[in-house]
Amino acid sequence: MTVNMTKGQAISLQKSDGGTLTAVRMGLGWQAAPRRGLFGSRTREIDLDASAVLFADKQPVDVVFFRHLVSDDGSVRHTGDNLVGGAGQGGDDESILVDLARVPVHIDQIVFTVNSFTGQTFQEVQNAFCRLVDETNGQEMARYTLDGGGQYTAQIMAKVHRSGTGWTMTALGQPANGRTFQDLMPAILPHL
Amino acid sequence: MTVELVRGQNAPLPQTRLEIRVSAGKPIVAGATLSDAQGKVRGAEWIAHPGSPQLPGLEVSQQAAADHRLAVDLEALPDAVERVNVLLALPVGVGGPVRFGAVAAPFVAVTGLDGAEVASYTITDLDPESAVVALELYLRNGAWKVRAVGQGYAGGLAEMLADQGLAQAREIATQILDAVARGMARSVAAPPPRTAETDRVRRTAATAGPAGEHGAAAAASQPSPAPQPAAPQPPTTPQPSAAGSGGASAPPETPSTSGVNYAHPSRRPAAAAPPTPPPAAPPAQPGQPAQPVAGDATGWSMEERLYNQVWGMFEDLARTTAAYRSAVDFAESRMEQELDKVLSDPRSRIGGTGDAAREAARAKQAKLVDQAREVLDRDLAQLKAEADVVEPALPPAFAAWDNPVWHAYRVPMEVPMALRLGDLHLPESADVRIPLLMRLPLERGLWIDAGRSSSGSVTFHDSAELHRLAMETAVALAARLLAVYPPGDFAVHAIDAGGSAAGPLAPLLQSGVMAQPSGYGAAGVTEVLARLTKRVELVQMAVRGGATDALPPDLDTAEQLLIVNDFPHGFDDRAVTQLRYLADEGPAVGVHLMLVADREDASAYGPVLDPLWRSLLRLTPVPDDHLADPWIGHAWTYQPALVPPGSAVLQQVLGQVAHARREWGR
Repeated sequence: MTVNMTKGQAISLQKSDGGTLTAVRMGLGWQAAPRRGLFGSRTREIDLDASAVLFADKQPVDVVFFRHLVSDDGSVRHTGDNLVGGAGQGGDDESILVDLARVPVHIDQIVFTVNSFTGQTFQEVQNAFCRLVDETNGQEMARYTLDGGGQYTAQIMAKVHRSGTGWTMTALGQPANGRTFQDLMPAILPHL
Repeated sequence: MTVELVRGQNAPLPQTRLEIRVSAGKPIVAGATLSDAQGKVRGAEWIAHPGSPQLPGLEVSQQAAADHRLAVDLEALPDAVERVNVLLALPVGVGGPVRFGAVAAPFVAVTGLDGAEVASYTITDLDPESAVVALELYLRNGAWKVRAVGQGYAGGLAEMLADQGLAQAREIATQILDAVARGMARSVAAPPPRTAETDRVRRTAATAGPAGEHGAAAAASQPSPAPQPAAPQPPTTPQPSAAGSGGASAPPETPSTSGVNYAHPSRRPAAAAPPTPPPAAPPAQPGQPAQPVAGDATGWSMEERLYNQVWGMFEDLARTTAAYRSAVDFAESRMEQELDKVLSDPRSRIGGTGDAAREAARAKQAKLVDQAREVLDRDLAQLKAEADVVEPALPPAFAAWDNPVWHAYRVPMEVPMALRLGDLHLPESADVRIPLLMRLPLERGLWIDAGRSSSGSVTFHDSAELHRLAMETAVALAARLLAVYPPGDFAVHAIDAGGSAAGPLAPLLQSGVMAQPSGYGAAGVTEVLARLTKRVELVQMAVRGGATDALPPDLDTAEQLLIVNDFPHGFDDRAVTQLRYLADEGPAVGVHLMLVADREDASAYGPVLDPLWRSLLRLTPVPDDHLADPWIGHAWTYQPALVPPGSAVLQQVLGQVAHARREWGR
């Protein structure tokens, strides 16, 4: 069951069978900038970046992004930077996998963000989407469409946080501005 | 651009109109099935075979043949099709071979319409199978790709089609084979198979005997020998028994009828064959924590899988420890913050509230640390269990000296992937020891540090004792290198200007594996260095000029290891410069350094030797935490791979190496 999210909406997601999540993936996909005319390679490529920030009691402990692809504890893995995007509607161009069973005990929240590294706002980006997938069964749990979304260059997508013995995911969809996750820290903190 | 695919590998397809060429030594059936996104063949109309050779976008031959060309237009295929399976089968009931083990390895190539090869794949290691899925062309993210599959079916076409989800698989298989048998009647004999590749020659030699499958036509077209009566199987070549029947391992028992057999009658061809697909590690029981299995990693050979597994364990231990340390640090800092808050709060000074708050903060910290410890203990137990199954399975090059595999040592024929230099562990995990495996050939020199360790944990050793231990470590490592290289492919030299290392060097000298006497005194140093420098220069020149065959015939092609004891004793400036040259340029042309030195002794040189020290991998003769892992940078305690006291394994192994060298005259 996919929930199509709109900007600012926040809901809690439990697995439909009542079980707990063990592995989640945030996938990000967008359409490469169109090539025009002669010197087509000079068209400005669009580079969106997915990041995940690991928090322990509201302090950032570790971050996974294109310069640090695996968290030190090995629980969060980024599959690699994509600088130009892909087809847009097809598969994910960047994804971050979280093995919740391996997350260190003190980490209680993981926040996923998307930034436009090259500075285009989501208004200019074609067919961009962001989705959260339950990695154990491939089921898509939430999807945002980022294009036409307004004059901002980043979005705080969602957070996965501990609740009881398991994990819960809350979709945040908070627009923000920033080149990398560091610029987003002030915007993230109210959501913790 | 041609890609030689190995089983399971894929490659992108640059165009959608393609030809697939198939060649096998004997007439075989080639067909294709189309399947949808779920991998299901929707019906008989999605199968192209000799009885129904044309589908939209796909055409196959109408008969069995030794060579096929299948035409594919991926854009013309029905919309729901996401995969095209190219399959090969042996014709049934026409007197030909009944298993792929008895024919040459089929070769499949994907080409453009202009004939340019895009990808090719030789299907090896088939034996009782009579049908095989050779390739699949599949749609991934809107682009077509090709993958080498090589999945064989001993039950033939019917089993293969049933596997693709066809209900009426048996009927269709029968229909296809009937069509083939009809076509067979008008086919001509297979041309003699190509003999370009040694692999193919060998297989052909094993199976070239039966000439009977095509009766008169075969007899007419094959120049030799006397035609066999057109009897059905079995072929006249004595079939190897089931035990040794893998086509590759069975030596040819009759001389080839179609040319000279170049295969050595007793040499096992494993080395020349394409990488064998791994015998799959037993899958983990569903629903249970996976039982650790030795070799449970990716790789083309058991050796590579074990190597990857050891490195995987190394990374897992590094990361799980990082998680633990990070949790403990966080718990500490949170407790300190909370204690500070209690202190600064004036209300807490009255009554017991302050004590209670302090207590609570400490309890919170202890609870988190306990939780983290629990997770760490769980992970360590898992890694320990894995290490317990992996250690006994390691080949000599990866095994510790106390591993029984060293007692069953035989001189190797090939250079191993890597060498165990010692063990690594962290303070949290004293009982999980990770082998430190270094790739061969060595990419950098080694420095066995005879100086006092920075951690100060070894103050009880005096400096002479440390020096002796360092030299023993060096000799144990050198012996290991000598033992894991094929005899004669590795040579050891030693510079021992002061003559102080005669004791530790004795095993190498006595067994005769180190032929030359060590370089004694300044003259000896100069002589050894000059010889090796000249060698590096010559080989470099030859490699750069592309004239490796022009090297002087007396040049020793073995990899060279130079053990320098007591550096810089006996070295003048010129010798130091030569040594630095060897350290920088040597590894690329097979000259390696092993320095046994105390950095303090060389302090007179000042910072000019810093690059030399940095270029060498520092090892210590006693356990010391100085090695960092590449992921987190923990300080790992290194323990050298030493021979257990009282063990004669080193002498025994070196004796075998020396014996093999004499035997082979190297």
